Amino acid sequence: MRPNHFEDWLRVDAKGLYCRPGGFHIDPHGGARRAIITHGHSDHARPGHDAALATPETLAIMGARLGDGAPRRPHTVAYGEPLSIGDVTVTLFPAGHVLGSAQVLIEYQGVRAVVSGDYKRSEDPTCTAFTLVPCDLFITEATFALPVFQHGDAAQEVTKLIKSVEQFPERAHVVGAYGLGKTQRVIALLRAAGYEHPIFIHGALQACCDLYESFGVRLGALKPATGAARDDLKGAIALAPPSAIADRWARRLPDPLTSFASGWMRVRARARQQGVELPLVISDHADWRELTETIAETGAREVWVTHGREEALLHHIETTGKRGRALALIGREDDDQ
Amino acid sequence: MKAFSALLDRLAYTPSRNDKLRLMADYFAAVPDPDRGYALAALTDGLFFRVPFRRIFAEMLDARVDPVLFKLSRDYVGDTAETISLLWPARNEDADPPRLVDVVEAVQKAAPAEIPQLLAGWLDRLDATGRWALLKLLTGALRVGVSGRLAKTALASWSGKPLTDIEEVWHGVAPPYLPLFAWLADEGPRPDTGGSAVFRPLMLSHAIDHRELQTITPADFVAEWKWDGIRVQASRQGGDKRLFSRTGDDISGAFPDVVEALPDGVVLDGELLVMREDAVAPFNDLQQRLNRKTVTAAMLKSHPAHIRLYDLLFEGDEDLRALPFADRRARLEAWHAKHGPARTDVSEIIAFESIAQLETLWAGARETGIEGLMLKRRDSPYLAGRPKGHWYKWKRAPLMIDAVLLYAQRGSGKRSSYYSDYTFGVWRDGADGAPELVPVGKSYFGFTDEELKQLDSFVRANTVDSFGPVRQVAPKLVFEVAFDSVHRSTRHKSGVAMRFPRIHRIRWDKPAKEADRLETLQAMIVD
Repeated sequence: MRPNHFEDWLRVDAKGLYCRPGGFHIDPHGGARRAIITHGHSDHARPGHDAALATPETLAIMGARLGDGAPRRPHTVAYGEPLSIGDVTVTLFPAGHVLGSAQVLIEYQGVRAVVSGDYKRSEDPTCTAFTLVPCDLFITEATFALPVFQHGDAAQEVTKLIKSVEQFPERAHVVGAYGLGKTQRVIALLRAAGYEHPIFIHGALQACCDLYESFGVRLGALKPATGAARDDLKGAIALAPPSAIADRWARRLPDPLTSFASGWMRVRARARQQGVELPLVISDHADWRELTETIAETGAREVWVTHGREEALLHHIETTGKRGRALALIGREDDDQ
Repeated sequence: MKAFSALLDRLAYTPSRNDKLRLMADYFAAVPDPDRGYALAALTDGLFFRVPFRRIFAEMLDARVDPVLFKLSRDYVGDTAETISLLWPARNEDADPPRLVDVVEAVQKAAPAEIPQLLAGWLDRLDATGRWALLKLLTGALRVGVSGRLAKTALASWSGKPLTDIEEVWHGVAPPYLPLFAWLADEGPRPDTGGSAVFRPLMLSHAIDHRELQTITPADFVAEWKWDGIRVQASRQGGDKRLFSRTGDDISGAFPDVVEALPDGVVLDGELLVMREDAVAPFNDLQQRLNRKTVTAAMLKSHPAHIRLYDLLFEGDEDLRALPFADRRARLEAWHAKHGPARTDVSEIIAFESIAQLETLWAGARETGIEGLMLKRRDSPYLAGRPKGHWYKWKRAPLMIDAVLLYAQRGSGKRSSYYSDYTFGVWRDGADGAPELVPVGKSYFGFTDEELKQLDSFVRANTVDSFGPVRQVAPKLVFEVAFDSVHRSTRHKSGVAMRFPRIHRIRWDKPAKEADRLETLQAMIVD
């Protein structure tokens, strides 16, 4: 295996991305013998692995969400601690995506490959900030890889939400947010903006909020939305999984005003299609600028692009004189919900 | 621009009328002159920029954005102006954004060659929402679901002044409306509109049904046909000639033929129709002349407009609105006999002595262009708005068909958790000779809240496929659909378009195969 021929030692098989000299997969599906897991979202942290290496936070999330499907032999490793596996050295670095999310640095005979996992570089008080890891091969996500995606300041979006609550105090503001990461980030942003009231949450969000609290992320007073008095929900903010905000669950709320915190909200047709009245552009993924700048800053001479809008990013990589390749990984979700 | 773009952004996503009113009223309260005046002008279609913005944008983008990336982005976003606003590489977002007044006045004054540079400077200083609002403003297509009347209603709710007063001064003021805002804020006199052809709010009627009809005294009322056109006010004062819609929109540009024909010193109320050889053409024909800023000579010839006169509000400087209807009607007839302008006639009075006689007339009214009957009290003054107990409209019985529910779409606002917009179809013979259902219309009202819950459950339980917010349901529920009329249409697969369809009754009991056929609907066309 020639270290500088990346395809010799990193390839995609039926379970996903596989490192031959290390003998492990990264974020595989279908139950792998040895896996490294970048973060706890369900399209990366799948059930049925035998041995799995990840940050303590990610393994705690997998334990809470997967139950019997959690890895049989979990191995935790802290950010920045190198670990020899087979003929390679593996080090996890913060990805800034959600609690415990990591990039994976694999060193093989002096050649460095970094798998970004999902990442973002904008500020997020609920997880450790992204660290830039110089490398020869960068395997990047591409969820928002179009120049129309420039996510802006999430704090401003939350200000918009608080202003709307003041303007429509008789309505409940129901905010759609993915349970792991987005929910806690929206809550933390509200707290940072000085919003002290209890925040109501859908039952499905409770476990992840508890988990964040157990890792020291302070979320303030949370109350279950189910069973709350209708009058208490007037002028309140309630968080729910995206599938619930415009469905029967929301009927318990007084005149609900539908909001949704997602990077997709930047595109009007996406927001309108989901009947969103107050779109909040808050994303846990890198936007176009972050994607392109990170590629440049890693110094990588070759870039592999995983799930997302790889066409635009590959075009960009080509114009910068690097070698780019689309890495077709099956089973990745398109959505940053 | 910041407050203005935030307002447009919220309006674009807010379905509820009342919420829109609150957003606008809060804006008018918070934003100073003259910015709020220009915002009002933008919302009421009062700003025009004679600049070829689309061409300018194309040239500016060429120099800034990779064409491959632009195309991929445009394909994803689906709207060119929005794509530009999203991917514009802003260089100066931390600088103060331009004020609305700076933008409007600079564009009005600038030479065409200066525009691209001005525009680039503003785009660089705005965020994505600001850029989107700027492009909407300059290309003149806001499309945020606000009519001129709704904007004026917001002025009324903010200031506490009656809407009818605002409508009456409206056409005497111009952007940025400083005297208007001064008056609304109780800081100045009511703007003077003397001598110009301003809009006088119309008198509207209440719907009446069979049962209520029995309570009126025939001798106190006059009956007229209710014509199926659009209510208008034609005004010519001090050389100023205008045609206003029922809501006070100036539609003169689309109807120069009727406006030109008016003699000076008159304000008339009537029904705008397309007429050919003394016969009223279908509403469809009139619709083709509406919503245009100008009209072609060919259109003037093929779709000649006409006003059927109902009332006389001013003769010379004399305001007749306080007179009883019977007196105004006599003045109208005398005025018409004297001036008799082309393209007008006076609405016929229908003699009747009893309610029973009126019912016979009403039941027999199937002629093209007749929508029902109007009943007006002989002693009613001309009152703005919809006063109780004066004018009644008695719409003729609707047409009905039985159609099958095919698709359901989520509603908006309060109904966003319900499948509340229904597409229904009727039977026809398919290409292979087997019967198939073809969609003929869509409706989202006519049912009660309780029925909505039942329909929502039905849709969820009978979904066979879904496309985003739309669900295809198993074709087994029959609606009795009421509608005013049906027309030929090339835009619909079925070849017909229904006017004003509503769900009259849900036929839980009726099998889908017993629903009507397309031929039944085609036979109801009265072109």
